Amino acid sequence: MRGPNLDIKKLAVLTGVVALTLAGCAAGADSDAGEAASTETESAATETAAPANSDIKICVYTHGDGGTFWSVAQAGAEKAGEDLGITVDYQGSTNDSARQAAIIEGAVSAECDGVAASAPDPGAIEQAMLGLADAGVPTVTMNSGSAVFKDLGAFTHVGQDEIVAGREAGLRFNELGATNILCPIQEAANIGLTERCQGARETSTGTVTDFNLDGGLQDLTAASAKIKAALEADPTIDAIFALNADIAAKAALPAAQELGRDLFIGTVDMSEDALNAIAAGEMQFAIDQQQYAQGYLSVVLLYLNVTNAHALGGGLPMYTGPGFVDASNVEQVIGLVAAGTR
Amino acid sequence: MATQTQDERVAQTSLATKMLQRPELGALIGAAVIFFLFWSVDTTGNFAGVGGTAGWTDIAAPIGIIAVFVALLMIGGEFDLSTGVMVGTSGLLAGLLATEYGLNIWAAIGIVFAFALLVGFINGVIVVKTGLPSFIVTLATFFVLRGANLAVTKELTGTVRVANVEDTTGFDTAHAIFASKMAIGTSNFQISILWWVLATIFATWLLTRTQFGNWIFASGGDKNAARNAGVPVNRTKITLFMMSSLASSFVGIMLVLRLQGMQAGQGVGMEFFYIIAAAVGGTLLMGGAGSAIGASIGAAIMGIADIGIPYALWDQDWRWTFIGVILLAAVLVNTYIGNRAKGAKR
Repeated sequence: MRGPNLDIKKLAVLTGVVALTLAGCAAGADSDAGEAASTETESAATETAAPANSDIKICVYTHGDGGTFWSVAQAGAEKAGEDLGITVDYQGSTNDSARQAAIIEGAVSAECDGVAASAPDPGAIEQAMLGLADAGVPTVTMNSGSAVFKDLGAFTHVGQDEIVAGREAGLRFNELGATNILCPIQEAANIGLTERCQGARETSTGTVTDFNLDGGLQDLTAASAKIKAALEADPTIDAIFALNADIAAKAALPAAQELGRDLFIGTVDMSEDALNAIAAGEMQFAIDQQQYAQGYLSVVLLYLNVTNAHALGGGLPMYTGPGFVDASNVEQVIGLVAAGTR
Repeated sequence: MATQTQDERVAQTSLATKMLQRPELGALIGAAVIFFLFWSVDTTGNFAGVGGTAGWTDIAAPIGIIAVFVALLMIGGEFDLSTGVMVGTSGLLAGLLATEYGLNIWAAIGIVFAFALLVGFINGVIVVKTGLPSFIVTLATFFVLRGANLAVTKELTGTVRVANVEDTTGFDTAHAIFASKMAIGTSNFQISILWWVLATIFATWLLTRTQFGNWIFASGGDKNAARNAGVPVNRTKITLFMMSSLASSFVGIMLVLRLQGMQAGQGVGMEFFYIIAAAVGGTLLMGGAGSAIGASIGAAIMGIADIGIPYALWDQDWRWTFIGVILLAAVLVNTYIGNRAKGAKR
């Protein structure tokens, strides 16, 4: 019979909901009671001293996508948290500015004592960052935003200036004798990448041509095919300035090898494959912006601000790059990249 | 018992059974379970308070506004995969018109809404006239707009984003209507939440209290039978496509005013979240049944998870796994409860 069966089912559903409600209330009450008790004992101590390390929470909110590059930055930030004995919350918004703005907007409710944010699209997070400044939460920018960190209310920027990196790369290509450099851009919405190509154009004695490779990191085989097509279309290209290590090692290098062309390949950022290629002489250099230090240093700078009221940087950005990895120092760096810290 | 001698054709169904037959109940139970889950693992103490609520409603509102209209379209039997990219196109178009051509933002907004209605109209006309699956037609629209977003932005600005929208004429009033916020304590509640509530009320009223709502259910349930019964199926579907495009452009306008600009890739990928929110809320993928309130509950679940996961200090990569699990669980629960309730007469 259907009637009695449904009564039992109804009862089961309602009982389940009630049980979960009570469980949730109990858990919530426990954690609320726990929080209340601990804040009472703390407030006595904090009146005279800086907050205990275990209560400090530094939030690192980037536009990162969790790939080879950003996982290292995240590792650096989390290691700093471990070394200092504080809580670090890292969130990457996978290139979605609206999401990053919403996350930063919620930093006060998330109990962040300091926030480090990357700013590839400063206008998007401006309101949220200034809101944090108004609320008295110290901020730094990291990785992108070296020109705008003051407008966002941050006291410094930790990273590498993209134009400077591009210029140095251009000089390197000059030393190698490159005359026609292809510059594939794998994230169309990332201004920093365009700036690297632009910097190279400034110092290179040859020509530097931008090439749209949007979405390249999500599909490296397609990216390789596109680069191959570009190389076939212009036989005078003798160098590729890749802007990401995976693009260099898994898209640009295979394309050049398939066509049997001997190109100078330089890249920005590193990966195990890219460094092995440098060691083997197949690639010439990798610019290292040392993103592990970007993560680590951002946390340390905010920690010093929270505990000892330091605002470091002198109103200027603090550079973590460009550092160059080439045949002369590649062996040492290879070990560190394999460990996931470079 | 008295019921045994009563004619079963005039028996009353109990309130609990009636409620279980509604598609939203499964979603509401799911939302409550997820809320209590995250409340119990919250490390900040703010999740269930003002701060946490401001956070998850901020994330849920732009999803919810579009999801309710995507749900209407799905009930009507069609999909729209161009909603996510339309958010980007609308914001970029409004920003470009105002910054590159000096239009007043309000004029730009008007043009953008008209453009969105046109795109929805084209989507609808192609689907009803050619009989092609809407999945394919709107997927094509998605790619067309995605390319245009990048190409046109680069052509007009030389970069891949529109910026400095805050310097345009009419910005302050437009910002007040579409992107302002109200401070409660230290937290900010965005006006998008108000628009979300209004959109849900409007869509629910449209679906359940108007003749047009009946037409939506009929078109999605069995369009041939509906046509034979006199329902203007083509007109209904075209109108639904226009509404989902308009809702997307509304969110695009909200975003470009809040972010003071927009990147050329904004919105791409979000179309699946709207469909997931609608499905989690009880809307069938085959059409013919569903609910707008359910889509809003689905959007709320996403917001709760997005805030709850970092508050619990879990690795935020689990967000994707979580969405996959709740989608599957929600659809299973909805189907189970719905089947049981439909089977019961009393």
